[in-house]
Amino acid sequence: MIPVEFYLVVSTLLFFIGVFGFIARKNLVGVLMSIELILNAVNINFVAFNRYLFPGQLEGYIYSLFVIVVAAAETAVAIAIIMNIYRRKGNETVNSIKELKN
Amino acid sequence: MEITSIAPWVLLLPLCMFVFLGLTSHKFSGQTSAKIGTVAFGIVAILCYYIAGQYFFGSFSVVNENGYEVFNKTGEVYNQMTIFNMEWMKMTENLIIHIGFYLDPISAMMLVVIATVSLMVHIYSYGYMFEHGHFDEGMSRYYAVLSLFSFAMLGLVLATNIFQMYIFWELVGVSSFLLIGYYFFKPAAVSACKKAFIVTRFADMFFLIGILVLSYHAQTFDFDKLNANNAKLVMDAFQITAESKGIAFLGFPLITIATFCIFLGGAGKSAMFPFHIWLPDAMEGPTPSSALIHAATMVVAGVFLVARLFPVYSFAAPEVLNAICYIGAFTALFAAIIAVAQTDIKRVLAFSTISQIAYMMVALGVSRFGNHETELGFTASMMHLFTHAMFKAMLFLCCGCIIHCVESNEMKHMGGLWKYMKKTWICFGIGCLAIAGIPPFSGFFSKGEILTACFENGYKAIYIVMTATAGLTSFYMFRLFFHIFHWQENEEYATMKHKPHDQEWQMTLPLIVFAVLTVFFFLFPGFNNGITATRGEMEMPTNWFIEGISIAVALTGIGIAYVLYFKKNDMPKQIMDKCPELCSFVYDRMKIDEIWYGITRSFIFGVICKSIAWFDHNCIDGFMNFCAWITKHTSYNTKEAQSGNVQQYVWVFIMGVITIVFLAVY
Amino acid sequence: MEIVELLTANNIIFVLLSMVILAGGLLSVLTEKLMHAAFYLFLTLVGIAGLYLHMNYEFLAAAQLSVYAGGILMLFIFAIVLVHRIGENSESVSCKKKGWAAIASFSGAVLVLATLFIYGNFANCPAADAFTESEVNMKLIGTTLLGTGKNQYLLPFEATGILLLACIIGALVIANKEKEEK
Repeated sequence: MIPVEFYLVVSTLLFFIGVFGFIARKNLVGVLMSIELILNAVNINFVAFNRYLFPGQLEGYIYSLFVIVVAAAETAVAIAIIMNIYRRKGNETVNSIKELKN
Repeated sequence: MEITSIAPWVLLLPLCMFVFLGLTSHKFSGQTSAKIGTVAFGIVAILCYYIAGQYFFGSFSVVNENGYEVFNKTGEVYNQMTIFNMEWMKMTENLIIHIGFYLDPISAMMLVVIATVSLMVHIYSYGYMFEHGHFDEGMSRYYAVLSLFSFAMLGLVLATNIFQMYIFWELVGVSSFLLIGYYFFKPAAVSACKKAFIVTRFADMFFLIGILVLSYHAQTFDFDKLNANNAKLVMDAFQITAESKGIAFLGFPLITIATFCIFLGGAGKSAMFPFHIWLPDAMEGPTPSSALIHAATMVVAGVFLVARLFPVYSFAAPEVLNAICYIGAFTALFAAIIAVAQTDIKRVLAFSTISQIAYMMVALGVSRFGNHETELGFTASMMHLFTHAMFKAMLFLCCGCIIHCVESNEMKHMGGLWKYMKKTWICFGIGCLAIAGIPPFSGFFSKGEILTACFENGYKAIYIVMTATAGLTSFYMFRLFFHIFHWQENEEYATMKHKPHDQEWQMTLPLIVFAVLTVFFFLFPGFNNGITATRGEMEMPTNWFIEGISIAVALTGIGIAYVLYFKKNDMPKQIMDKCPELCSFVYDRMKIDEIWYGITRSFIFGVICKSIAWFDHNCIDGFMNFCAWITKHTSYNTKEAQSGNVQQYVWVFIMGVITIVFLAVY
Repeated sequence: MEIVELLTANNIIFVLLSMVILAGGLLSVLTEKLMHAAFYLFLTLVGIAGLYLHMNYEFLAAAQLSVYAGGILMLFIFAIVLVHRIGENSESVSCKKKGWAAIASFSGAVLVLATLFIYGNFANCPAADAFTESEVNMKLIGTTLLGTGKNQYLLPFEATGILLLACIIGALVIANKEKEEK
């Protein structure tokens, strides 16, 4: 069997790829995708720890299920917001939302 | 009626009236406010008369703080009574400020004076202000402030302790300020009220210093304790013995400094030289309020203060009493000389007020606590306070009637008024005779006693000065009288739409009341046994030699005035032409105002204020500007961080987390 | 440990899946075309589902595939189609921004990996049959989700239900065209 550390390496790398995307992306949809990457990295961690450390229980398992559900909800709302912004501004880049500034 | 149950209303009712009239000034018309104020003060006056009457002639008792029952009179001696005394502010364990109600012969007498004059002024003002000033809401304000003044003045004379007195002292100053500045649209009135306030405040600063020094050492504010047993507490506190003057400060005995500072506060209110400059200008206020405040009640507060602390002055600081008597004598003569040259009738009365108050100060200054001979001055001073309040208020109210008709304060617009205003003429004449000291009018008795006191206590020089002043007084008063009522009739009267006439009853009644009080003063109950410092009774001595001289001097003054001013002639002008510089110098009040202005401008504004302004401008403002500059630049430079760019925030957040984890793990 | 011993089927599958996941993720954030990014994201999500399968969590893998790869990704593609003008290359991100992002993510990854290598034990291989012993069946998942006992999650389940409802309504309200403004 693979040691749990390898899963952690994968999730770490995926997490920071997501962070990179979040910071570097200009498009709001792209930013949202990066968030999905981050959430998935976290999910891998949950599941791996559950599998290796507490195989008899389901805490991490259930938690990652909930994360999937919440991610779905969040994506739906975020996309609605993005579409609204697009309708008002004509583009959907991160810099277009600046009303709260000043 | 229980004295203890009605006493609080003497203070509360005027205060309530002030609040009520002040708050409802826009609800009621001026006349309504005036009626409410007058009726309310009428009740206060009745209470005052009742309390004073009970105190002097009745018999009642209160329980003092030690649980003993104190009667108003034991044998022939009136007791000091504290009707109530509630704790108001606690400075230290011993030093507590009380608000209370203190009765002794002088405060009871002041109650009568204030009640009488204030009530008469309330009534008189109704007629005066109603026709003269045309603004209704202003009248409500006037009556509100009049109530405030009555409250403050009653609180002042009834104070159980020197700090309560100080509080009411300032309240009196404020209401005086408000009344002088009543015609706030007149620049002269505005500057006069500011002047009065600043000058008296300046003097009050000394008063406060004096209070603090005295109470710090004596560890009490209470008059009772300060005065008890020949001011033993003060003597002990300042370590005064027969040989030494006790604690010294800068080479002077501290008690002298303290008591002199307290006297300076009184000098400010009582317009003693050199603080007299505000009183003539204060005549810009409505005439009835001048009669109340600047003739009868407030200006005698200084005299009252010295009288209140008389045992302290007499035992602990007799040298201050000497100073008081010299300052008083100088002020009396000085003000009388200036009064001779004034042409504004209210100014003449103002200077004569200064001069007469100085008489009272002199009388206090020459007397000493102890036996009946040395105490005569005190008694005479209180008596003069009473009589002067009555006749001077009457003179002012007469002036009000005249000004009302002629609509000018200047003598040259008057003349020959006696035909038109018979009642005013008689009353004014009575007032002039009283102030000149002609028997049997009230002024004769009080002034005669003052002169006797000066003479018999060995102050011969002062006696001569005061007698000369008496002559001058009768001269300038009759100059005024003849100028107004005789001289030459002003032709304008014939063509005027409203010929000068005696006023309606509201304005005439007070004149008649005061005239009766002045003429029949000698019939008063208790007239012969005046108020004494030891609170006993005393048969007033009559020194016919001195009285005779005083009458002769007064008659001489009247005679000169008659010759010069009864019929229009050129003699006054000829005399004035001989020394025009002197005349204009005196007319300009001997340039004392200019000296004060010079000191203020060159020293206070030029040196102190300029340097303070420089410090304020450069150091304090500079520091503030520096802070603002730092804030501004910091925020300008950090503004970029608030870009609203979420990704930037996340970057910072991630880096922060990385740093913290790094620090935590390694 | 010999290199041959490592070449078990398990390990090979894990390495392949990891490579798919990481390559998909990397390409999805680096590509300039959004549609391509969505596709690479799809690869990543499928890879993760494979990873779950590899750990014998069939239900989770199925959920991952259906919800993520099936649902969320479809949403993304709809959004891209609706919002983004196809063919227009809007991803002209400045190098500076990418540089900052690279610094942050690289330093973070280095830190975490370094910690992992220092404190972790990469040679610790659990027994090969550990997974098959504790198979997770559907009944267990059902009772865990809908039970009220210890380590059972009815309340979060209900809360999630409410959350989803709120999201549906919220998304509808937000995406709805505001007629008053026109």
